[in-house]
Amino acid sequence: MAELIDARGLSCPQPVLLFLTAAKKTPGGSFTVLVDNEASRENVTRAARNGGFTVDVTEDGADFRLDIRK
Amino acid sequence: MKTGSNFFSTTAGVVCTGLVLGALAILLQRMGNPGNMGICVACFNRDIAGAIGLHRAAIVQYLRPEILGMVLGALGASLLCGEYRARGGSSPIIRLLLGMVAAIGALVFLGCPWRVIMRLAGGDANALFGLAGLIVGVGIGTLFFRQGFSLGRSQSQGKVSGLILPGIMMALLALLLLNPQVEGQDKSGVLFYSLKGPGAAHAPVLLSLAAGLVVGVLAQRSRFCTMGAIRDVLLFRQWHLALGVLAMLACALLLNAALGGFHPGMEGQPIAHTDSLWNFLGMVTAGLAFALAGGCPGRQLFMAGEGDNDAAVFVVGLILGAAVAHNFGFASSATGIGPNGMLGALGGLAVCLIIGFFNCKRGA
Repeated sequence: MAELIDARGLSCPQPVLLFLTAAKKTPGGSFTVLVDNEASRENVTRAARNGGFTVDVTEDGADFRLDIRK
Repeated sequence: MKTGSNFFSTTAGVVCTGLVLGALAILLQRMGNPGNMGICVACFNRDIAGAIGLHRAAIVQYLRPEILGMVLGALGASLLCGEYRARGGSSPIIRLLLGMVAAIGALVFLGCPWRVIMRLAGGDANALFGLAGLIVGVGIGTLFFRQGFSLGRSQSQGKVSGLILPGIMMALLALLLLNPQVEGQDKSGVLFYSLKGPGAAHAPVLLSLAAGLVVGVLAQRSRFCTMGAIRDVLLFRQWHLALGVLAMLACALLLNAALGGFHPGMEGQPIAHTDSLWNFLGMVTAGLAFALAGGCPGRQLFMAGEGDNDAAVFVVGLILGAAVAHNFGFASSATGIGPNGMLGALGGLAVCLIIGFFNCKRGA
């Protein structure tokens, strides 16, 4: 079960920080990050890929759902 | 419509953006903007505050078209790429205060992070103290973020509400075009103009506007942010944005060297003072304010253009803060810091620390 991180409405750098903190707490875990703007989508995706994760992006209305796993 | 891929959000894209920004800033300096001030968001907002009479410092009054272009360019790019989204409601009054404090701190140093780059590129060694202050200020901000600092979540708002700040910028542009500078006159219609000093030094209006529009488009697409560049290195060891900023510095430095605009030293630098302690502390204050607000002053302009009303409130704070800085003697000049400059920098720092302390473990 992926850990859900709701980063909608949060400004930089909080979405990336929330994801990295969760990833550090649960190494090898999978995460679903919700963001509501392109910049946060790009930033979280970049941080996840740099950490060796794969990222699947789904558009959900005005939001983005990022499914992140090793 | 959302675009599938965005070249400018890649590292190559943000580096290209930095190179173009550096070149445009040097072009604007060669075409009339003040020395080492091709683009400075704090200084230019200060000049705008003077042009509309919010302060009456006679040497810094000009409605800088670059700022208007930067907001409107970002608006256009975000509309075309389907990224315009009206939002707001994340502690607006705190963001107003952060904008004011940021302007006051930056005007003790005499420049925002963009001008740190341009001053370094011109050989102004005083800017090294400003850069050090900026890194320390942003570094303090990252400590708050590690403690869960948040100004709370923004909410979606009605589409039109995101057009208010861009609308104000369009109205200012109309004012500028309807009240052009008259040779030898310090007023044209409702606008004030400088007859000497930095406010009297400017590139042609249409060139400044066009450059601002290009900067707005590129920076909106690439998310270029001078504060984020430092923050991401300190917080995540992530160099993506920093490479964009370094590209801007490298381009401006090389062009200055090639065109005879590089004059290394501390004395006699354009629109700069040599009080190293206050160059440092002014930027500690400004850097912390930018970090807590989530973006450098340029990035706040671009986000405001994308419909972010929290960024728009910060921009209004910048203009108000610049006016206060001159009215209350916080702002420095080439001869040194203002009569109340120490109070401005330290008082602003105290305000930021209180905001940081009381907003940890919130929202997230």
